[in-house]
Amino acid sequence: MKEVELNTTTINFGPQHPAAHGVLRLVVELEGEVVQRAEPHIGLLHRGTEKLIEYKTYLQAVPYFDRLDYVSPMCQEHAFALATENLLGINVPERAKYIRVIFAEITRILNHLLNIPAYAADIGAVTPFLWCFEEREKLLEFHEAVSGARFHAAYFRPGGVHQDMPEGMEEKLFEHFKTFPKFIDDLESLLTNNRILRQRSVDIGIISKSEAIEWGCSGPVLRSTGVAWDLRRSQPYDAYDQVDFEVPIGKKGDCFDRYLVRIEEMRQSISIINQCLNKIKPGPISIEDNKITPPKRNQMKKSMEALIHHFKLFTEGYRVPAGQVYSAVEAPKGEFGVYLVSDGSSKPYRCKIRAPGFAHLQTLDHLSKGHLMADIAAILGSLDIVFGEIDR
Amino acid sequence: MIKILTKIDGINNVLENNDLLEIEFEKNNIIKILNELKDKTELNFNQLLDITAVDYPSREFRFDLIYILQSLTKNKKIILKTFIKENEKIESITNIHKSADWYERECYDLFGIEFINHPDLRRIMTDYNFEGYPLRKDFPLTGHTEVRYDDLEKKVIYEPVKLTQEFRNFDSESPWEGMENKLFGDEKSSDEN
Repeated sequence: MKEVELNTTTINFGPQHPAAHGVLRLVVELEGEVVQRAEPHIGLLHRGTEKLIEYKTYLQAVPYFDRLDYVSPMCQEHAFALATENLLGINVPERAKYIRVIFAEITRILNHLLNIPAYAADIGAVTPFLWCFEEREKLLEFHEAVSGARFHAAYFRPGGVHQDMPEGMEEKLFEHFKTFPKFIDDLESLLTNNRILRQRSVDIGIISKSEAIEWGCSGPVLRSTGVAWDLRRSQPYDAYDQVDFEVPIGKKGDCFDRYLVRIEEMRQSISIINQCLNKIKPGPISIEDNKITPPKRNQMKKSMEALIHHFKLFTEGYRVPAGQVYSAVEAPKGEFGVYLVSDGSSKPYRCKIRAPGFAHLQTLDHLSKGHLMADIAAILGSLDIVFGEIDR
Repeated sequence: MIKILTKIDGINNVLENNDLLEIEFEKNNIIKILNELKDKTELNFNQLLDITAVDYPSREFRFDLIYILQSLTKNKKIILKTFIKENEKIESITNIHKSADWYERECYDLFGIEFINHPDLRRIMTDYNFEGYPLRKDFPLTGHTEVRYDDLEKKVIYEPVKLTQEFRNFDSESPWEGMENKLFGDEKSSDEN
């Protein structure tokens, strides 16, 4: 009988590594330079968000959602706001719906503007990073204009949005997104036909249609395999049923397809924003029930009742009828869901957060098997991993 | 769809709520039910979105175990719910849905629910050598241990939590709505009601 000698090397990748996109620890088993097994160790950024939310009122829970996936904050507030509204049985005004869609799409562009150049940087390109961060800064100014914060906005609240867009904002957005498509073209001229990018991403980390569904993948990862599944289209929320957009899909499900899907999603987002800007009309931006949304500042100076409402809202909060609900939104990374259980008090009894990255990272072992060690960085980058949401 | 669901045995209760189906089932039937949900072409719940639990310490069946599934072909989401006792175990569904692997590990880590036949049931979220199950209601919000870097020992050490200020959990529930207990000296007013 022939004797076979197994010669595998086990190496430790992370938890502090620039290509790990955060605090990921990977134990990689290599044969030569070929990956046999990659085992992610996660939880190094676990902050107990779900436990903390059980001790906070519904309104106080909103800022925790900004801090999950910290590159696409508003989309996650969106999921929580929808879940709470669903339990409360309320319907937000039309203008709030459009504002939410506009900012959810700006957030999507922001997310892709970080992921695409970060991915490119992982496999050797530096310039896109600098270009995209300049563009991100311009978009973050819109975040700042409506909420006062560049990242941790706490802008989408149960019942609507926190405050109306400042005057002239619509025109500014419109002007900005006139020139933005040109930027995407420029970005593509750097990357899409770049030989190095193609060599490092075509046919790397292929996942098939059925595998992607089986592993719970969603968002660009699922769409890159050719499944035209987008929650904005299939289960529309807020004003997504009022706008017309296309769902880009890939063919192979490799790293390059995931990159292309994200580029095209940015173009679709611009189209959605422009349609919303055409349709949006003046009106209230949150429901006018002071049992749930706080009264206006000037009312509080005159009305005793408004003052009491304000005090009650920011001490006890509002009570939410007992029940359970699962609400999901199409976040830039995939299906972001909130499973909320209320016991009728003013604090959630249980709030489970379904993070898309958690399911995606789980496939890493499957995706990287048989590839070279250097491809792990490419696969990780193309999955769009952010540890804030995975570790929660 | 509700009709087909009620025909599957082992399913006790089918509800429809805002386009979301909710089902309660007996925990021993889990493998059979999930297989049927996945394989029946009329249902085709082919994607497992999440597994989680809810803790009710006062109940005999302490945990609600929740499975959230989605059908990409029928465009439908479903919540499956079963009840289990504190030290009871439940069959793992990793053979049906691959993504259950990490979800079950997370559930084990945070609630202490054990899954039989899971390929690799280890903690996932919490620290190495962590003790206790943080999402149970009897686990304190502050935890039991804290870490700091010790300059003399030149390493990170674990110590019991020391709070410089007592943990405050304000009960701001309004005493005027739905009050059940009589206030001292207030007997007369409630007699009238």
